[in-house]
Amino acid sequence: MVELAYLAAGVLFIVGLKGLTSPKTARRGIRIAALGMFLAIVVVVVNLLGLDASYAWGVVVGGVVVGGSIGAFLAIRVRMTEMPQLVAAFNGFGGGASALVAAATVVGANAVLPAETAIVTALSLGIGTVTLTGSFVAFGKLQGLISGRQVFLPGGAATNGVIALAIVVAAGVGVVAESSTAYWVAFGLAAILGVTAVLPIGGADMPVVISLLNSLSGIAAAMAGFIINNQALIVGGALVGAAGMILTIEMAVAMNRSIASILFTQFGGGATAEDIGTKPVNRATADDVAIALAYAESVMIVPGYGLAVAQAQHAVKDLANALEERGIKVTYAIHPVAGRMPGHMNVLLAESDVSYDLLLDLEQANPRFSQTDVVLIVGANDVVNPSAKNDPTSPIYGMPILNVDDAKTTIVIKRSLSPGFAGIDNPLFYEDSTLMYFADAKKALEDALVAINLL
Amino acid sequence: MSDAFIQGIVVFVLAAFVGFEVIAKVPRTLHTPLMSGANAISGITIVGAIIVAAVGTGWVAAVLGFFAVTLAMINVVGGFLVTDRMLEMFKKIPGRR
Repeated sequence: MVELAYLAAGVLFIVGLKGLTSPKTARRGIRIAALGMFLAIVVVVVNLLGLDASYAWGVVVGGVVVGGSIGAFLAIRVRMTEMPQLVAAFNGFGGGASALVAAATVVGANAVLPAETAIVTALSLGIGTVTLTGSFVAFGKLQGLISGRQVFLPGGAATNGVIALAIVVAAGVGVVAESSTAYWVAFGLAAILGVTAVLPIGGADMPVVISLLNSLSGIAAAMAGFIINNQALIVGGALVGAAGMILTIEMAVAMNRSIASILFTQFGGGATAEDIGTKPVNRATADDVAIALAYAESVMIVPGYGLAVAQAQHAVKDLANALEERGIKVTYAIHPVAGRMPGHMNVLLAESDVSYDLLLDLEQANPRFSQTDVVLIVGANDVVNPSAKNDPTSPIYGMPILNVDDAKTTIVIKRSLSPGFAGIDNPLFYEDSTLMYFADAKKALEDALVAINLL
Repeated sequence: MSDAFIQGIVVFVLAAFVGFEVIAKVPRTLHTPLMSGANAISGITIVGAIIVAAVGTGWVAAVLGFFAVTLAMINVVGGFLVTDRMLEMFKKIPGRR
């Protein structure tokens, strides 16, 4: 009976995730998944009620109250621009919890475990710990606590390879020799690997890193499920592992890079602000931008990470409202890796009440640029760089981009001519049909709105 | 290998395949809620955390159990709440086209 209840919880997770295949059913779906979670928690508690260990229940209730309060606080307080950080932190907590379940198992049995249990315990401990520390480095980078730039690791990828190998050896000794000490060595090394693996990776590659850590947190949970032989954990963990893996692959495809190259190699050209900026550009004022927008019939807005940095999602919506009142058709084109996590821009625009059917993805947007009068690029750079199409020497050559240069006029709102994450110049900026409006995204949009209302 | 372990592997493989099929159909616009929803579901490790906290003996087990329950519960409550909060914002606004 108890096992059937856990299986039912797993089925509710699947049904819930199926709801996420459409924005219409998504909210109901996530509530169905929450019901599955509630069922699993009730079942485990009821099943353990026979135990007479009042202090142990104090530990459980204490953890539930403290964890639940922190979770609720974070969920209610977080700003939508900060979602990548929050997801990174949650990845870490999930991995950490599974690692602790494994650690408690090692302590409880004094490392004397059946071979199969010992193996999954070592896996849960290792994967969970890498996820924990790796996620906190990712969190630090996204929150700006650690430099978001690529950092050079002594020895490069080989260092991580050596540490990973040492973890496997230590965990193997733990399993075979039933040695607690060996498990703790593996645990310590895994904690180090999480840091050394994520620290070198630059900010714009974070969508891949967060997706991968998401996947790992699920795999760690599934391994914890094998330790306690629980189907709800196995199903839930497998689902999260699959979800994270799908997103990881999709992000890598959207950058035209392999997952290995993102994780293990340095990237980009060496262009700096000094190298570029000597070529002439069409500098635009708020009035120029207002005129271009107000007399267009169709406008497509391309948001990027700069929109999130400037918290400009409401300003962009206000501007779009003004254009729509003039009878101009406004849509949004969103590159899969715009922002710092999958779907980052969509959430920001949803927050400012942009209807989701106006958010076009790469494949929907590209055929439409040639019929678009004005493309307004807000804080995006590499994802609209035509070098990806026509310069085989470019580091981003082959990456699918938004073909904004097909539109009649392109307006770029950008703080300066500095190169994007890829460290390469963007030929789009020097096109005759491109207007460069140098300003903070939010202020630029607000000034353009004022100018439009004066027309 | 015990029967229960093999059964677990069967469930894991099937769930992974079903997961790939279902989740591959999630539209890009919902990828952030998908990730935070996945965070919440990975909090299912709360079940393991409660078990090790409840059956463990000694203060080391108690400390590990407490932190395991706490971390998992952050994900469960925080993950579901923030996902629901986000999904509430995804609206199709009629007209104005």
